[in-house]
Amino acid sequence: MTWYPLPWEDKQKPETLKGSTMIIKGKAHRFGDDVNTDYIISGRHKFKTLDMDELACHVMEDLDPHFCERLQKGDFIVAGRNFGCGSSREQAPLAVKHAGVAGVIAGSFARIYFRNSINSGLPALVCDTSEIEDGDVLEVDLEKGLIRNVSKGTETASSPLPPVMLEILSEGGLVEYMKKHGGFSSF
Amino acid sequence: MGKTISEKILGAHSGGDATAGEIVVAELDYMMAQDGTAPIAIRSFEGMEGEKVARPDRVSFCIDHSAPSPLRAVSQLHALMREFAGKQGIELCDVGEGVCHQLMLEKGHALPGSLVIGADSHTCTYGAVNTFATGVGSTDLAAGMLSGSLWFRVPETMKVTVTGKLPKGVFAKDVALMMVGQITADGATYRTLEIGGETIEGLGLDGRLTVSNLAVEMGAKAGLMEADDKVIDFFKHRTGVKIEAVSADRDARYVEEFEFNVAGLVPQVALPHRVDNVRAVEEVEGAPIAEGLIGTCTNGRLEDLRLAAAVLERGKVAAGVRLIVAPSSREVMLNALREGIIEVFIESGASVMNPGCASCVGTHQGVPGDGENVISTANRNFKGRMGNPEASIYLASPATVAASCLEGKIADPRRYL
Repeated sequence: MTWYPLPWEDKQKPETLKGSTMIIKGKAHRFGDDVNTDYIISGRHKFKTLDMDELACHVMEDLDPHFCERLQKGDFIVAGRNFGCGSSREQAPLAVKHAGVAGVIAGSFARIYFRNSINSGLPALVCDTSEIEDGDVLEVDLEKGLIRNVSKGTETASSPLPPVMLEILSEGGLVEYMKKHGGFSSF
Repeated sequence: MGKTISEKILGAHSGGDATAGEIVVAELDYMMAQDGTAPIAIRSFEGMEGEKVARPDRVSFCIDHSAPSPLRAVSQLHALMREFAGKQGIELCDVGEGVCHQLMLEKGHALPGSLVIGADSHTCTYGAVNTFATGVGSTDLAAGMLSGSLWFRVPETMKVTVTGKLPKGVFAKDVALMMVGQITADGATYRTLEIGGETIEGLGLDGRLTVSNLAVEMGAKAGLMEADDKVIDFFKHRTGVKIEAVSADRDARYVEEFEFNVAGLVPQVALPHRVDNVRAVEEVEGAPIAEGLIGTCTNGRLEDLRLAAAVLERGKVAAGVRLIVAPSSREVMLNALREGIIEVFIESGASVMNPGCASCVGTHQGVPGDGENVISTANRNFKGRMGNPEASIYLASPATVAASCLEGKIADPRRYL
C-alpha cells in the first residue's frame, strides 16, 4: 500500500516531472483566496461555445476586467488558498491555458479544478505563495518543481504530484494519456 | 482499523481494500454529464480516439442548464449531445425532464453503496442516498466512458453530527448553510463528509439531499449519509437492483469531527458573494430584492415547493419583484400540480418555469439587472453567477425566499409559518 499525501500537505523533496524539461520565465499575476471557476471563466460565456480561444479573452473578467490585456504568454497566475473552487467546468483550466498562462501557482487548489488542470495539461503548482507579489518575475522549473522568484531572489519547492497525475501531465493531458493507454493501470 | 463509507465503497469497486490516502482505479456504476460539460466530454472522447462507450447502459446526458436553449450556439451543442447519445445508445434526458441530479435519483441510477461520477460539481448530492458520488471534469468523464473506470485518491473523512430539534421556520437549507459557514469554503477540501445524527435522520429525503448538495461548497469530495428506510422506500419502485447500503464501522478513522446542535438555530442566509458568508436572516432583514428564485438541484423538490407555497399562500409577490419557480423534475412538477401547489405559485404572481436549472447558472430564464439583489434557493452566490457581475445574490431556504418575495425585501419566514 502506498500513501500519497495531499499535494499541499507534503513537504518532501518534489518528484521529477517526467518528460518536461522546460524552465519558464514569466510575470506573476496575483489573486487572492477562493478564486472560483465562475470568476476564472463565467457561466455566461462558457455555456455557448467549445472555442477555448474565444473563452480565453474572458478569463478572470469579473475579478479584473483588464486581466487579458495585461497578460503575456508564459505568465503565471499566482493565488492563495482554494483556487478553482466551485463548478466542475473544465473550461476554467482550458481557457486559462488558451489565454497563454504557463501555469497556476497557489497555496491550495479545489479538487475538481486540480484534476481538470492536470487533465488539460496545465501545470498546477502548490506552494506557499504569500511572498509572491503582483508583477514579480518568476522562473519555474517544471522538471524539479522549483519556483524561483527572480524579483525577490528567493526559491520555493512545490509539493509533488501523485505518480498518476505526473504521468498524465507528462503526456500532455488526459486525452493524450488515454489515447496512448486506453485506461488506467493500477498505481 | 475500521472503515469509513468512502473506504468501503471505493474498496468494493477496486477489487480489494481501500484506505484513505491510497490511489485506486475503481469501476464506475454510473456516469452523468449535462449540457455545460457533455460537449467537451464528447470532444475529449473523440480526442482519445474512443469509438464505443464501454458501458452505454451506465451513462446519461442531461440537458438542463440552458433548457430550452436560449441561443443558436447552445442549440448546436444540444444537438451534438443528442447525436452522440443516439449513436452510442446512451440515455439522453432532454429539455424539460428536469435537473440532472434529480433525474439520476428518480431513475434509480444513483443507488446506495454505488460509485457514481458526474461532470457537475453538485454530483455530491447523491451522498444523501449513500452513493459515493463526486463531481469531475469533462475529460475525466470521457475517460470513464471509454474505460468504464477512473482513478481516485481515497479521501479522508470528516464526521459531522447534527443533533437537536429544528425550530419553527428553520429547515434543511438553514442547517446546510450553517454548516458551510462553520466549516468554510475549503474546510473539507479533498475530504468526504459523513453526515448524520438525529436531526439528519429526522429530515425527509428531500431535505437530506439539500444538505449533501452543499458538501462541495465546503470543498468536499462527497457528502455521505447512511441509508435508512426512507431511502430504501424511495428506490423501491425505481430499480430492480438489490439495494446494498454501506455503513461506516464503529472504529472507522475520522480526521476531524464536528458536532452541531440546531435546537437554537434561526433562519440563515449566505450574503454576496460567498457561500460561507453566512448570517442570521434577522441581521439583513429589510435589504431590498428584485428577484427570487425557488428551485435548482438544491431546493427544487416537492418538500421545498410545499414549503414555499405555504408561505406564498399568505399573500402576493410584491410589486417590482420577479419570483421564478422551477421544479427540479417533471415528476416533482406533476406532483406539485396535483397538490395544487403550482396554482398557489401562479396566483401569488410567480413565473413557473419548466423543470431544469432555471436562472441559477446565468444562461437564461431570469438574468438579474445591474445593481439588483436576488434571493435564491440555489447553492452559489458568486459574483456574476446568475449572468450579471453587477448583481448581488443571497442564498436562503425556500421559506425565506418566498417570504422575501412577499415583502420585496429580505424577510424572516417565521411570521408566515
